[in-house]
Amino acid sequence: MALNPVKPSAFALSVPVMFGYVPLGMAFGVLFSDLGYHWLWAFAMALFIFAGAAQFLAVGLIANQAGLFEVFVAIFLLNARHLVYGLSLISHLGLKGWRRWYLIFALTDETYSLLTALDRREGVLSGDVLDSLRVKIAALNQGYWVLGCTLGAWLGSRLDLPTQGAEFALPALFMVLTLEQYRVIKKPLIFLLALLVAAIALLISRDQMLLIAVLMAVSLLLMAKGGEEWSRLRIF
Amino acid sequence: MEPTAYLLAFIALATLATFLTRAIPFMLLSKHANHEWLQFLGRYLPPVLMVLLLVYALKEPLSTGHGLPQSLLALALVTVLHLSLRNALVSIIGGTLLYMTMVQQWMPIT
Repeated sequence: MALNPVKPSAFALSVPVMFGYVPLGMAFGVLFSDLGYHWLWAFAMALFIFAGAAQFLAVGLIANQAGLFEVFVAIFLLNARHLVYGLSLISHLGLKGWRRWYLIFALTDETYSLLTALDRREGVLSGDVLDSLRVKIAALNQGYWVLGCTLGAWLGSRLDLPTQGAEFALPALFMVLTLEQYRVIKKPLIFLLALLVAAIALLISRDQMLLIAVLMAVSLLLMAKGGEEWSRLRIF
Repeated sequence: MEPTAYLLAFIALATLATFLTRAIPFMLLSKHANHEWLQFLGRYLPPVLMVLLLVYALKEPLSTGHGLPQSLLALALVTVLHLSLRNALVSIIGGTLLYMTMVQQWMPIT
């Protein structure tokens, strides 16, 4: 098979992400501007936090003036899926020094999927070309996100948009993410148990609901896994 | 806490929490170790957490009843849109616009 001599352009590869990140970032920005803070804060969040679902959740947490411990736990667990991405990339991330750390920092869902698609070209492209493509793709994707978030927050603060009810974007986002999870994990019982845990936590304390629910859920999962291990030990 | 200090601490902690989830595998784990427990959590934590966050995001209407019918109707639209088109942005924007129209025009929350 002839080698493809054409070096793929990072921009061309990242265009689909641009069409997702700019509007989603703008939605975040408009929602954030409702809190009444300067648009520069939205810019800072996009630059440093750089995580879609976490930033939407952050708007809800800031509106509730959530405790900082709750903020840390909630955002860590919301992003816990990244742990699994990392696992699958450990052996072939490549890169060294700051470029490696930047790529790890910028490893969003979308960047991850572009990078894994790129890995299929290993052997066709040289390692250096691949490395530079990886970093460029990650940086372009973050650029789209920062642009969208900042633009949305700026527009939201300039225009007097009738935004009452826009905070529904948060439950809508989690509904979508729940449906996406159901496509992967077709176990209705898990979802029903989670609903039960959430309801109990809400009854215990409305203010501390998230923290209580997360602790209950993680303990239950660890117990389920422990029980599985234990029964295996007893069988053999 | 003063708003600026709160936001600065908030962004710092959210940045650290997000970065840790992305960096921990590269910092702590070797290629060959057995990641069975981590993979178990990685598989089952996300679906559970999404449900918890969905309820968290709806805790006001769920505990007070204010805006509950509007929320449930909008969630139904999100579900229908997402099951038929499977475009996250369309589902989120569609449901949010319906909710906004309901609370601003058709059935204001009193």
